[in-house]
Amino acid sequence: MKDLNEDQVARSANLKGMGCSRKRVEDARFTQGKGNYVDDVKLPGMLHGDFVRSPYAHARIKSIDTSKAMAVDGVIAVLTAADLAPLNLHWMPTLAGDKQMVLADGKVLFQGQEVAFVVAKDRFIAADAVELVEVDYEELPVIVNPFEALQSDVVLREDIADQKEGAHGPRKHHNHIFTWEAGEEAATNDVIDNAEVVATETMYYHRTHPCPLETCGSVASMDKVNGKLTVWGTFQAPHVVRTVASLLSGIEEHNIRVISPDIGGGFGNKVGVYPGYVCSIVASIVTGKPVKWIEDRMENLMSTAFARDYWMTGKIAATKDGKITGLHCHVTADHGAFDACADPTKFPAGFMNICTGSYDIPTAYLAVDGVYTNKAPGGVSYRCSFRVTEAVYFIERMIEVLAIELNMDAAELRRINFIKKDQFPYQSALGWEYDSGDYHTAWDKALKAVDYEGLRKEQAERVEAFKRGETRSLMGIGLSFFTEIVGAGPVKNCDILGMGMFDSCEIRIHPTGSAIARLGTISQGQGHATTFAQILASEIGLPADSITIEEGDTDTAPYGLGTYGSRSTPVAGAATALAGRKIRAKAQMIAAYLLEVHDDDLEWDIDRFVVKGAPERFKTMKEIAYAAYNQAIPGVEPGLEAVSYYDPPNMTYPFGAYVCVMDIDVDTGVQTIRRFYALDDCGTRINPMIIEGQVHGGLTEALAVALGQEIAYDDMGNVKTGTLMDFFLPTAWEVPNYETDHTVTPSPHHPIGAKGVGESPHVGGVPCFSNAVNDAFRAFGNRHTHMPHDHWRIWQTANKLGLHG
Amino acid sequence: MIPASFDYHRPSDMDGVIALLKEHGDDARVLAGGHSLIPMMKLRMAEVPHLIDLQSIESLRGISINGSRVTIGAMVTQHDIINHSELTKVAPIMRETSLQIADPQVRYMGTVGGNVANGDPGNDMPGLMQCLDATLHLVGPDGTREVAARDYYEAAYVTAREEDEVLTAISFDAPSGGYSYEKQKRKIGDYATAAAAVTIQTSGGKVSSASIAMTNLSDVPVWSEAAADALVGTACDADAIKAAVNAMLDDIDPTEDNRGPVAFKRHVAGIILTRAITRAWDRA
Ligand SMILES: Cc1cc2nc3c(=O)[nH]c(=O)nc-3n(C[C@H](O)[C@H](O)[C@H](O)COP(=O)(O)OP(=O)(O)OC[C@H]3O[C@@H](n4cnc5c(N)ncnc54)[C@H](O)[C@@H]3O)c2cc1C
Repeated sequence: MKDLNEDQVARSANLKGMGCSRKRVEDARFTQGKGNYVDDVKLPGMLHGDFVRSPYAHARIKSIDTSKAMAVDGVIAVLTAADLAPLNLHWMPTLAGDKQMVLADGKVLFQGQEVAFVVAKDRFIAADAVELVEVDYEELPVIVNPFEALQSDVVLREDIADQKEGAHGPRKHHNHIFTWEAGEEAATNDVIDNAEVVATETMYYHRTHPCPLETCGSVASMDKVNGKLTVWGTFQAPHVVRTVASLLSGIEEHNIRVISPDIGGGFGNKVGVYPGYVCSIVASIVTGKPVKWIEDRMENLMSTAFARDYWMTGKIAATKDGKITGLHCHVTADHGAFDACADPTKFPAGFMNICTGSYDIPTAYLAVDGVYTNKAPGGVSYRCSFRVTEAVYFIERMIEVLAIELNMDAAELRRINFIKKDQFPYQSALGWEYDSGDYHTAWDKALKAVDYEGLRKEQAERVEAFKRGETRSLMGIGLSFFTEIVGAGPVKNCDILGMGMFDSCEIRIHPTGSAIARLGTISQGQGHATTFAQILASEIGLPADSITIEEGDTDTAPYGLGTYGSRSTPVAGAATALAGRKIRAKAQMIAAYLLEVHDDDLEWDIDRFVVKGAPERFKTMKEIAYAAYNQAIPGVEPGLEAVSYYDPPNMTYPFGAYVCVMDIDVDTGVQTIRRFYALDDCGTRINPMIIEGQVHGGLTEALAVALGQEIAYDDMGNVKTGTLMDFFLPTAWEVPNYETDHTVTPSPHHPIGAKGVGESPHVGGVPCFSNAVNDAFRAFGNRHTHMPHDHWRIWQTANKLGLHG
Repeated sequence: MIPASFDYHRPSDMDGVIALLKEHGDDARVLAGGHSLIPMMKLRMAEVPHLIDLQSIESLRGISINGSRVTIGAMVTQHDIINHSELTKVAPIMRETSLQIADPQVRYMGTVGGNVANGDPGNDMPGLMQCLDATLHLVGPDGTREVAARDYYEAAYVTAREEDEVLTAISFDAPSGGYSYEKQKRKIGDYATAAAAVTIQTSGGKVSSASIAMTNLSDVPVWSEAAADALVGTACDADAIKAAVNAMLDDIDPTEDNRGPVAFKRHVAGIILTRAITRAWDRA
């Protein structure tokens, strides 16, 4: 970039464009209680819905008696599957090509499953009536273990028991969903069989839940006079919801308006379509009144999209010097009762095939078997961007295990296997083209920042002191280097229910030089209203403060696939930049007319077009905007608007290097995080402060998952962690002071070089915390222990290693 | 998380409370800070058709210190305790314990009475009261009576208090010497994995008397006389502490839950008690 003069610096600063830590414009309303969430939607005559849920994980429903509930004053309706069946709405398609019961049809398959929907005049009456619905259950054998499910005679999904072919190919067993493969099986086995060194490990990435601050909910309002249905809801993909609602209900899409108001955190939990949404819509159609459904915390934890639940077995082959030659990965994926993942159609295991990580691994093979069990459905959520979290956890643990096998330093092992800067774009053995990266630079910077050598020395001294009985505390150094794959995605590869995964932006410039831009995405805390205005400010030269960003109303926003998988900036951000460039192109024509020069005689200068070589002759964007509306310009339409739909040519591949230093009390299992350093490379940085906020949030969620947060079931399929007493949400007290850092490797194919960062800290953080715990015990013969590393499990590790004397 | 309907009463004196309890019997319950009762009502695990709020009863507030005798009104909050400098001077273990209960938001509301009266094995105050040999002051239709904290807890949520009795205050003699409340929990706001309350008096460089109680390691708080006895006459050397821990382990009966299996809890109980004794001894 040219050096800017003083005037240019001032004008540029005035825009608050890209690279500026602009304060979040959303925060004024959030911090003052002026947000507008679904539960704030209150309509005249609104009714309230509440669910009767199954106490059993697997049971046949012999009868449902709603008469006592119906007799309660104020109860309007009690819907069961029998009521929905004539409308063919007792089941609904999932985003993964499976189908799911809206209300229990003959049997229940997980604890907390929706059985009946009570509609009443107020929320309290609805809850009272729920207690009065009498359901006669006959308990059936419960399966909560996917390996057992694949052996068992018990048929979980009777509706598809005889189907040998599922949405993703052949089914091997009545509780099997799909097998998905990538890479070369025979070649990989060959490499492993002939390798100098092979490390093998099985790791369970436990089931957990994103637990957004706001639970899920919807308000449906059917206007029978105009034939219009309006639905407010916690939707991370409002347009997809509109399309699904139209397909399910038969109401034409133009008569459905879906609105995502403010959303209090999503993390993938709000991508799917839930029975509550469907029931509120049906109830509104039936009653002609608006119907609200808001779930409580326990319902959210027990029944909405979980995360993970992957059993991963890896074999990694290397030379004696540590050069990795092959990787084999098999996953048994527990999907619960229905396959309700929100993966792109062709990827039933998401992008698990990014599991070769940041390493140049010439040969690899991955197979994933999806399995039904008596647990809640879901699967893709929690900042996990399509199983990238699982993949990165897998490879970052396998690297550590290999380092043990080789008796090598794990940082060095990573270094010698990194894909080199000059290898990009890099074709991975499992089918991805990594767009860009500079791993060695990032790694060296990170290790230097934490004085890695010094840490290892201190750790070795601690081990000696421990052995001498001078301390009961061990020290773990957690390393993680991750490569993400975000920004789904090229329409040719990626669709959801047939909808290509493009995204969009529509801009209108107002005559006085301010603007509104609408996008197909929807913020749930990411700060879109702040950052997208910054992209535009830099592209069109109007101050970010003069640009309104609006999302989430399908009647006004252009079609888009929504916000999840860190796709907003890579896809909608690109659409925004390109729509901005269309505005600028037209503005150039207008400026040329006004300045009476040829278009090509003008050059763009921050917020204006300047006549080349005559800097005193210019038109600012503000002046041009006015002219666009008040001057008749030959050959140019009035107005200043643009739309862009962006189909990305490739995903983007953010990466980062994390280091965690942890002290572990061997006697109590209590861990203390002494230090956490996070270097992120998300390409061009739009708003450094928002990036830092995303990193802090994601790391905290990663800490939670690694150190205690789980959705645990007992053998009867009862959820053991259904309240925040047992479901671990860290507080400020448990969270360390994170040190954040960065390098910048712009994406070569993205219009502004940005890559997406919302999920990186979670993806890279979980293995980093986990590696720290495992590393603390390495000197005593530990290879691998499963997460979550809560006190008793850490204690158990120490106990098994004989460290309690 | 929607409670069943209930009537709300807010009497202004104890007579009003007792009258309501008498009138509604089992259907009535007093409400203090509400941080145990209201969640139970929202989960519909407790159905309380008549809720009697104690917030307007001034006589239940206040901390009085008479020489070494401390009396704390049932409606005194954990936050009040933390900020009471005189109490902290005479009985610092009250503050040390309160700071380890829940989080600041809960402590603004949670009361001594609710914590002590309820019989929740997870609560920290009951063990502390047993350690301090506190007296619980109850009032009911037949007048007032006193029950020793060490006699009060019968099983989880089952206590010596009759349904129509209200706890008005707790009192105890402030202990001299060293003290400690040590607690392991999974996070801020969590109940104890294991906790220990310890007081130690010394004479001539040896323990002259001690008191030890454990929290959340049985369905009631566990005052372990044998553990304390094991310290008496010793200088709290490693063997003495080990003996105390072993005696304590004979008295507790933890169950497995999400905090971990029994073996883990027993091990942690031993470590926590060791640390508590060590700290109390250092302060004695
Ligand atoms: C998130 C959370 C974390 C917590 N963590 C801890 C912890 O770590 N340690 C801990 O000790 N506590 C903890 N608590 C409990 C809290 O600190 C309160 O002490 C507890 O809720 C009881 O006090 P309360 O005033 O809220 O009682 P309430 O909820 O109002 O009442 C509890 C019960 O006691 C009865 N009761 C109340 N007052 C009297 C009285 N004067 N006479 C007779 N009966 C009475 C009520 O009828 C009711 O049955 C926690 C609570 C929450 C919500």
